[in-house]
Amino acid sequence: MNTQSNAMSESFEAQRAAPAVLTATQPLYWSVRRELWENRWIIVGQLIVAAVYLFGYLISLAHLRNLMVHLSVQDPMHQLDAIAAPYDIAAGLMMVTLILMSLFYAADALHGERRDRSILFWKSLPVSDLTTVLAKAGILLVVLPLLTFAVTVAMQAIMLVLNSVALAANGMSVASLWSELSIFSRWGQLLYHLVTAHALWPFPVFCWLLLVSGWARRATLLWAVLPVIVLTGVEKLVFNTSYFMEVVAVRLIGGGAPTDFSAGMMPFGPMAHLTPFRFLGAPSLWVGFIFAAACLAVAVRLRRYQGPI
Amino acid sequence: MPVIEAHGLRKTFGTTLALDGVDLRVEEGRILGLIGPNGAGKTTALNAILGLTPYQGELRVLGRDPWSDRDQLMCDVSFIADVAVLPRWARVSNLLDYVAGVHPRFDRAKAEGFLARTSIRQRSKVRELSKGMVTQLHLALVMAIDARLLVLDEPTLGLDILYRKQFYDSLLNDYFDRSRTIVVTTHQVEEVEHLLTDLMFINRGRIVLACSMEELESRYVEVSVTPDKVAAARAFKPIYERQLLGRSMLLFDRVDRQQLAALGEVHTPSIADLFVAIIGSQVAAQGVA
Repeated sequence: MNTQSNAMSESFEAQRAAPAVLTATQPLYWSVRRELWENRWIIVGQLIVAAVYLFGYLISLAHLRNLMVHLSVQDPMHQLDAIAAPYDIAAGLMMVTLILMSLFYAADALHGERRDRSILFWKSLPVSDLTTVLAKAGILLVVLPLLTFAVTVAMQAIMLVLNSVALAANGMSVASLWSELSIFSRWGQLLYHLVTAHALWPFPVFCWLLLVSGWARRATLLWAVLPVIVLTGVEKLVFNTSYFMEVVAVRLIGGGAPTDFSAGMMPFGPMAHLTPFRFLGAPSLWVGFIFAAACLAVAVRLRRYQGPI
Repeated sequence: MPVIEAHGLRKTFGTTLALDGVDLRVEEGRILGLIGPNGAGKTTALNAILGLTPYQGELRVLGRDPWSDRDQLMCDVSFIADVAVLPRWARVSNLLDYVAGVHPRFDRAKAEGFLARTSIRQRSKVRELSKGMVTQLHLALVMAIDARLLVLDEPTLGLDILYRKQFYDSLLNDYFDRSRTIVVTTHQVEEVEHLLTDLMFINRGRIVLACSMEELESRYVEVSVTPDKVAAARAFKPIYERQLLGRSMLLFDRVDRQQLAALGEVHTPSIADLFVAIIGSQVAAQGVA
């Protein structure tokens, strides 16, 4: 090697010696940001649902006076139910929205980037397949449930303000509304319910969808559902049971979780007390996590081999 | 240490042999043109180099195994795999933020400087940009990365001639500094001809020609002869012959220039002519067989 090229490679090394320092979590953080830019609809959609419901609630307040008069002749337990109902419907509506959003997000998560060929751009940057898949799983496990929590809290806070104003305008007591509703304890229970029944519990189902979204060339939801239907049919034929379908479908909607709420009952009200240890100690939860981890591992491996479709 | 070194690189898709024992060596500071007909194995070779596809045989890129070390390798290797692979939903500012966030060798100010010379605004979404502008944007991002190896796979496909020319001009003027290495594949050979330092022809998964541009100039000669001298010229065993405006153009490999000069006007063949001579005759032979 001559002196000129020696000098060249030396300057080259010197120049390369000082790269900007990046922490290990930065690619993960930016990958999550990327998901939110790409899937703006998961935020916008929830806000639209909330806004429409609030508008409906505003209209319903016009009949508040009739309702209160009607309630005053009933026993206190029914009164509480009637006051709390719009708040519980709001929370339930946002939960249904959350389930649908998670479903559609997961089914497209590893498919969209292959479909629009942008996977070739993402793969040209030093971000591992593991980081990318974890970012997408993180949206399902953390970001979406917390977003739903924030939107629901904001929604119920606005409802409470509107409700108070309407009561005061009709010359009725605002204090009893606040004390009977016990909104802060409701929000605590809402957070607990979202994290347990709508994030941790159905997580294996979402991871399965992620896996299929990284494998199927088209119709990801169909390919995700088909095995469930086939296995359910086989189970019915062989054992005459439908346990498998229940496990999947019930998990998806947050039912059957070893939480403190029986299925079909709205998990709010001052009577409910939370036992997180019972939830975390349930073997079915951990079996689900093992399945989720296996799905994610396969999804990472698939992304490594897959190119644009 | 060579930037890319491959021995017996093989890749099959089912029963199709995409790479059939490729040997390759690219030194630092070279601009290599990888030229071949459709389906020759160019993209497969580049994908193997970029760690996008597993392979058989031995391959080192910057001393690393690209398949097992891909994440690390991407700190030092940039590529434009195809035109228009930037996500259409993204804003230009999103892409700048993202690359700045994940790439340790990305210089955001530099990228913004490149963009300032174009009509691309940071608020724009990729979907609103023309194909040529998307390529400009991608090039601005890539040129702001201090990488050791840049791989370009048909980077100007489908662009008009102004964008194509501008693309290679900025690559040469604003990016290439002799410590970087560039590998480019393209069908528009005449546009990269002047910037290549090395040339490689690939056909049916095999390297059929690998030489530097200096070698090419000293090795290949094309002579334009009048019909009366054709027989004499043929005695030197041309590798290819074609007719042009009533004259015969004969292409020779390793024949003394002085001797040929006596027969007619001699010049160095263009890459396109050489491509037709070497690959075209192979394809023709294939057709006969």
